[in-house]
Amino acid sequence: MSTATADIHEVPAESRVHYLNARYGIKSWLLTLDHKRIGLLYLGTITFMFLIGGIAATLMRLNLIEPQGALVEPETYNKLFSTHGIVMVFFFLVPSIPATLGNFLIPLMIGARDVAFPKLNLMSWYIFVTGCCCMLYAVMTGGVDTGWTFYTPYSSTYAHTSVLLAALGIFIAGFSSILTGLNFIVTIHKMRAPGMTWFRLPLFIWSMYATSMIFVLGTPVIAVTLLLLGLERILHVGIFDPALGGDPLLFQHLFWFYSHPAVYIMILPGMGVVSELIPAFSRKRIFGYSFVAFSSLAIAVISFVVWGHHMFVTGQSVYAGLVFSVLSFLVAIPSAIKVFNWTATLYKGSISYQAPMLYALGFIGLFTMGGLTGLFLASLATDVHLNGTYFIVAHFHYIMVGGAVMAYLGGIHYWWPKITGRLYPDLWARFSALVIFVGFNLTFFPQFVLGYLGMPRRYAMYPAEFQSLNVLSSAGASVLAVGYVIPLVYLIWSLKYGPPAGPNPWKAKGLEWTIQSPPPTENFEETPIVTEEAYNYPTVGGVSV
Amino acid sequence: MSDLAVHEHEANPTGFAHQFEDLEQQHDAGRLGMWIFLATEILFFGGMFTSYTIYRSLHPAAFDIGSHLLEVKFGATNTAVLICSSLTMALSIHSAQTGKRKGTIIGWLIFTMLLGATFLFLKFRFEWYHDWLEHIMPGFGFVYRPEWGANGPQVQMFMCFYFFLTGLHALHMIVGLGILTVLVIMAARGRFTTQYYVPLEISGLYWHFVDIVWIFLFPLLYLIGGRYSTGGH
Repeated sequence: MSTATADIHEVPAESRVHYLNARYGIKSWLLTLDHKRIGLLYLGTITFMFLIGGIAATLMRLNLIEPQGALVEPETYNKLFSTHGIVMVFFFLVPSIPATLGNFLIPLMIGARDVAFPKLNLMSWYIFVTGCCCMLYAVMTGGVDTGWTFYTPYSSTYAHTSVLLAALGIFIAGFSSILTGLNFIVTIHKMRAPGMTWFRLPLFIWSMYATSMIFVLGTPVIAVTLLLLGLERILHVGIFDPALGGDPLLFQHLFWFYSHPAVYIMILPGMGVVSELIPAFSRKRIFGYSFVAFSSLAIAVISFVVWGHHMFVTGQSVYAGLVFSVLSFLVAIPSAIKVFNWTATLYKGSISYQAPMLYALGFIGLFTMGGLTGLFLASLATDVHLNGTYFIVAHFHYIMVGGAVMAYLGGIHYWWPKITGRLYPDLWARFSALVIFVGFNLTFFPQFVLGYLGMPRRYAMYPAEFQSLNVLSSAGASVLAVGYVIPLVYLIWSLKYGPPAGPNPWKAKGLEWTIQSPPPTENFEETPIVTEEAYNYPTVGGVSV
Repeated sequence: MSDLAVHEHEANPTGFAHQFEDLEQQHDAGRLGMWIFLATEILFFGGMFTSYTIYRSLHPAAFDIGSHLLEVKFGATNTAVLICSSLTMALSIHSAQTGKRKGTIIGWLIFTMLLGATFLFLKFRFEWYHDWLEHIMPGFGFVYRPEWGANGPQVQMFMCFYFFLTGLHALHMIVGLGILTVLVIMAARGRFTTQYYVPLEISGLYWHFVDIVWIFLFPLLYLIGGRYSTGGH
């Protein structure tokens, strides 16, 4: 991107000081203010939480092999799906790309030495870990069985599980989101290198900016909602209890006012990652840069006015339902703009199918599928039939797992050489991407069918006629699990045995590729001066080379 | 947020943090950070205000009764106290900007703290404590009064919002007093100059914000229910 640093020579990582070997010891990690190290702290934490959520999912799918429940009591099953949902949403997906890749990459991509508030950044991690501990403690002291949505009056009056602890964990982790978002917005506004204008920013930065907006404006509302819930549970006052003049629907409104935008907290960063991967492996400038950039902001803005589509069947007014339905359809426009621009970027590119690209292509397909099935649910009439069935489960897993997790893994694979200075075995990486794609579809496609046939979600048992599809889904889940374990193994292996990556193994554009891998602690020896737009891949006679 | 920025400056006598190119960039970042933090605070209180508004429109009579349980004289006094504290806060920034002696800066800061403490004292000693004695503190032996009729539970809900909103506001005041303490220490060390007063400025933003929240709370909680209109309901 910057001309001055276009041809950097590789210096072996052993013979120079970089952020990983500058200081050693546990204290140098726990007290670090380096955004790169903080990113890795998050990486470790959320990987652990992903394992917890994954174990809960595995047990659920095992139980559903038989119609009467093969493994656990219904009460335990309720706790399993609640733990899975809460952990995966609040403790893995929400922080996943922003807190790890975002922390690591934002200063590198905009040519800064660090984020604007490094101490705040470290504090965010400690807050997040505190939230995680609360949640894990809740799981260990009896678990929580309200589902991830904490709907009242169940969560406020009738549930006799660790609801308060789990809610406290989410409340605390929320502050980590708010502070991370705040840090990112200020960093992107104020820390850009000379020449790094808004329209030279990598699209990953635009998506991080949009995500941070939702962090900052959405998260406080879930915080206050959980406070009200806690108040009602502790003091037995009727804020959401109709018997005392309260209204349980108000809880749902407040909850979805955050939790629908939170869906975009999870998918927007994934879109940002894919917008980096597609040009890099097509050797081509992104098609429609400003459309992709502004569609991120459009998604963030619209995301705040569509929450009512979660409540079509709750007794919300029909006219409100109509408005929310129309607004929900609107979100499809910026999402489609992105998909069309990515495919247009692929057109006549010289595409190479390395592991990150496989994840990116998988993302486009699965996200499109998840997005289109979302339109079924935005339609008032079809939603009445599909609400509360496995169709919804399949739909949001296509977005959250097929979309967000695929993009997260794609991003990890793409920037792993930058983060660690090592290459991983490409063949294994491609293989695992394929396994994940196959396993994912095998798990969740049958759930579309199950939902359409009317199987409700959140039940430990089901009528016998649904068994074959459930077995198929559980089989897919085990394939998927294998697909997730393989990268864990070879990525850890590569830390010690991987061949040196060099500064720019993908021959990609972007400031982060103009410095050594792993980067030096201060990122840039001197502040880079940016003279080019992003994705300035060379073309010959209109054909990229 | 702001006290973190404050600590950052303490670590370094020039008040300059390594990640910035120059002091101006650092100051801009601090200001923007505080504005964004205040945006999150607006959404935070906004969720409460929305809930309050919905329930007031559902149960107007009960909320009127609830409002009449509050003592306007304390609310009004506290409003005046807080507005004065915003003035003294602004004066402390002004005296740093215009290069006054550090004693002047500290004086205005301590004055601000005294006003903040007065507010909290009035609130807790003469309002909360009496509410508790009169059994109108939800969760702590709340007793429905016969004259409320069937409105009892909804009156309790009003009191619930009253304590929650004023409690959160008081919590913000206490955090504010902590920030002001740090500022006093910094001022005593002679850290503020005509060039460097950003910690004062962004802490002032926070303090004014907390005041503005009260400006909304006072009429919403104390002045509803036609207390002073001649027509009545």
